Amino acid sequence: MEQAPRDLERLLQPGPLEPLGHTDAGLEAVLDEKAEGVRDEDGRGDQTMTENFWLKKIEISVSEAEKRTGRNAMNMQETYTAYLIETRSVEHIDGPSVLTDSLWRRYSEFELLRNYLLVNYPHIVVPPLPEKRAEFVWHKLSADNMDPDFVERRRIGLENFLLRVASHPILCRDKIFYLFLTQEGNWKETVNETGFQLKADSRLKALNATFRVKNPDKRFTELKHYSDELQSVIAHLLRVRARVADRLYGVYKVHGNYGRVFSEWSAIEKEMGDGLQSAGHHMDVYASSIDDILEDEEHYADQLKEYLFYAEALRAVCRKHELMQYDLEMAAQDLASKKQQCEELATGTVRTFSLKGMTTKLFGQETPEQREARIKVLEEQISEGEQQLKSKNLEGREFVKNAWTDIERFKEQKNRDLKEALISYAVMQISMCKKGIQVWTNAKECFSKM
Amino acid sequence: MEGELPAAPECSSGLPAGGSGGDSPSALLPAEVLDLDGDEDDLEVFSKDASLMDMNSFSPMMPTSPLSMINQVKFEDEPDLKDLFITVDEPESHVTTLETFITYRVVTKTSRGEFDSSEFEVRRRYQDFLWLKGKLEEAHPTLIIPPLPEKFIVKGMVERFNDDFIETRRKALHTFLNRIADHPTLTFNEDFKVFLTAQAWELSSHKKQGPGLLSKMGQAVRAAALSVRGVKSRPEEFMDMNDFIEAFGQKINLIDKISQRIYKEEREYLDEMKEYAPIHTLWAESEDGLADTLGGVGSCLARCCSATERRLSGLSETLLPVVHEYVLYSETLMGVMKRRDQIQAELDSKVEALTYKRGDTDLLTEEIGKLEDKMECANNALKADWERWGQNMRNDIKSAFSDMAEQNVRYYEQCLATWESFLTSQSDLASKEPCEESP
Repeated sequence: MEQAPRDLERLLQPGPLEPLGHTDAGLEAVLDEKAEGVRDEDGRGDQTMTENFWLKKIEISVSEAEKRTGRNAMNMQETYTAYLIETRSVEHIDGPSVLTDSLWRRYSEFELLRNYLLVNYPHIVVPPLPEKRAEFVWHKLSADNMDPDFVERRRIGLENFLLRVASHPILCRDKIFYLFLTQEGNWKETVNETGFQLKADSRLKALNATFRVKNPDKRFTELKHYSDELQSVIAHLLRVRARVADRLYGVYKVHGNYGRVFSEWSAIEKEMGDGLQSAGHHMDVYASSIDDILEDEEHYADQLKEYLFYAEALRAVCRKHELMQYDLEMAAQDLASKKQQCEELATGTVRTFSLKGMTTKLFGQETPEQREARIKVLEEQISEGEQQLKSKNLEGREFVKNAWTDIERFKEQKNRDLKEALISYAVMQISMCKKGIQVWTNAKECFSKM
Repeated sequence: MEGELPAAPECSSGLPAGGSGGDSPSALLPAEVLDLDGDEDDLEVFSKDASLMDMNSFSPMMPTSPLSMINQVKFEDEPDLKDLFITVDEPESHVTTLETFITYRVVTKTSRGEFDSSEFEVRRRYQDFLWLKGKLEEAHPTLIIPPLPEKFIVKGMVERFNDDFIETRRKALHTFLNRIADHPTLTFNEDFKVFLTAQAWELSSHKKQGPGLLSKMGQAVRAAALSVRGVKSRPEEFMDMNDFIEAFGQKINLIDKISQRIYKEEREYLDEMKEYAPIHTLWAESEDGLADTLGGVGSCLARCCSATERRLSGLSETLLPVVHEYVLYSETLMGVMKRRDQIQAELDSKVEALTYKRGDTDLLTEEIGKLEDKMECANNALKADWERWGQNMRNDIKSAFSDMAEQNVRYYEQCLATWESFLTSQSDLASKEPCEESP
């Protein structure tokens, strides 16, 4: 019994971290042919095709959105929005961009792509899609998926998703992603043929692992807590921001009523008339200025939302680690018990309960030949188990190493992006204040001339 | 001597330039918007007249024609001529077995001769203010008496004595008394003086004088019946005045509603902002590279909250009370118009009676003569006070809105400074990141 735990511990120790190269932050994917030293998990088949694709500078855009009607799986009429994806390549630096590919995709196809990436790259923090349904709306925005503002912001979100994938050093090399951009027809079938759904871990299995894992890498545990905190704080912030926007809208718009009443009032005033009239005009200007201000703020909210969803992707990586670790722990435990059984059989001491042992006690001992046979089977199983454990261990260590690389990359990206977003928020506030100063200075002048 | 005399002998005599506050309900109004110069010659003239009448200078039997008493109108109060300073403060709750009520301290400082002292301090309750207003309206039916704050607040006010309500009322009462003090005629009203100076028991006994409740009611009923007629024969300038009053009433009511709504929306905006700001600071705690920026945004938002609070209190100090006072004024104006029309109606009915020879011709002619004088005085008083009121209104509205605009400019300036200094600090930290301000 004393041997096993030490073995177990040694086997379960996560491997040391080796930092690898870092990523591109640019929106355009500029890559060289050299792989980054990371194995591609599934054979990406035609490596040259994708490599040639990425040799040139690529520009991807989701340029249009269109309402379509069609028949769904249950042969019912449905309306959906399709998005036009255009890919341009630039032959030479500063040269003209040539449209190489252009096709239409709907949101569900984006979802399919992402699910595929999630299953095949569990160690990567996969970029999130824009929200399926409008959330954190303030009263003016419609929660309707067909609403043009929502569609527009979704279009931008989808473009952002593609750019993020394209600028990821590992994800961009994926063939299915390449086909998503280039092969309109039959793409869905191609994806499904990879059989990725079968590889997906069941939710239940993952949940079970989360609760029962004994020795996960501490960094992942911390990361999980961080991603929970991040998700909850951003959600709270977005909720309150929406309420603040609502109130601000109210303040500005009510001032517009002054404009109307001043104008009516000026009709009965001889001396104050002109002043009232022109002051009223400024009130109208003030009231209408809020629309642009809040539209800009929506873009800021979208930037935050992306990281709200990124938190979920972070958690997915942590979950995968827990699953693998749990798997490993179970395998090690199984191996240990088999070794013990073997030992007991060999030495004849019975320390663990086994049905066979019980029945032999009750019904008589087994023959030495029978015992030998059993020992042999167990020894085979043990050796197999040891191999498996070794490879699982290796897998686990690889996973941790690669995942942590991507997590570091992600952290840098997050800090950069969010800092930029916050600064742009400050810039927006400044612009709003300047407009306010101007309007009210003008109004004051009108009032003092009354 | 036909004019009704004031019943109270203790009303002081020998008033300086200006009329005294008569207690009689049917007191005539000469054109008493008089020069506040305090010029001694003027003083002599009027005190001589006053002594003839037992100081009711509103008697129709005054030797000098009312028209000659129209002196130049003072549109704006000249601070160096102000000799009566009043403050209303220190609300206090009083509990008796029968009721609970609030009294306010009224402090008066004056250099006027007819006041026994130069400083007075008394306690008055809302009822007392109501009484004073009633007396002023009686004495000067076609003068524009300043409005009192409402008796009750219409919208769901559970606690009659909550702090905001009391403070708003106190400010309005303060304004009320000062407006009276600034009014060239009303400032010399006797009841006003009693209000400012008498101790509680003195005031009570003073109040008990004057015509009884029944006679007042009878007059009101008669007046209401006649007022409709008065509208038809209204002279054109009063038609115009009435049109203005109606339109003004509409507009100022709307402005009042809009202003109250803005206050409410801003208040709710502030509440949300107070929750919004600390989220950033909280977030900063779980971040590394981002903590600085997040903390900065959080503190900017907090400072904007303070600026919003200042903006809000500015609104409730200057704009809201002024606008609301003029809402009440518009009701006052309609009342003044009505009373003018009532006098007109009375006159017209007598004239009609004479025309159709109903009743004693001589008596009617005499009555008509008196009423014509009364009408003329009333009309002139109204015209003059109307001019004065209009001027004040325009000034008050102008400065209230200018102030609001100024407050708003300051609010945005403060917020701008906060955000700009945040940006500067960010660019100092990360020197490679350029800060661009949007156009």
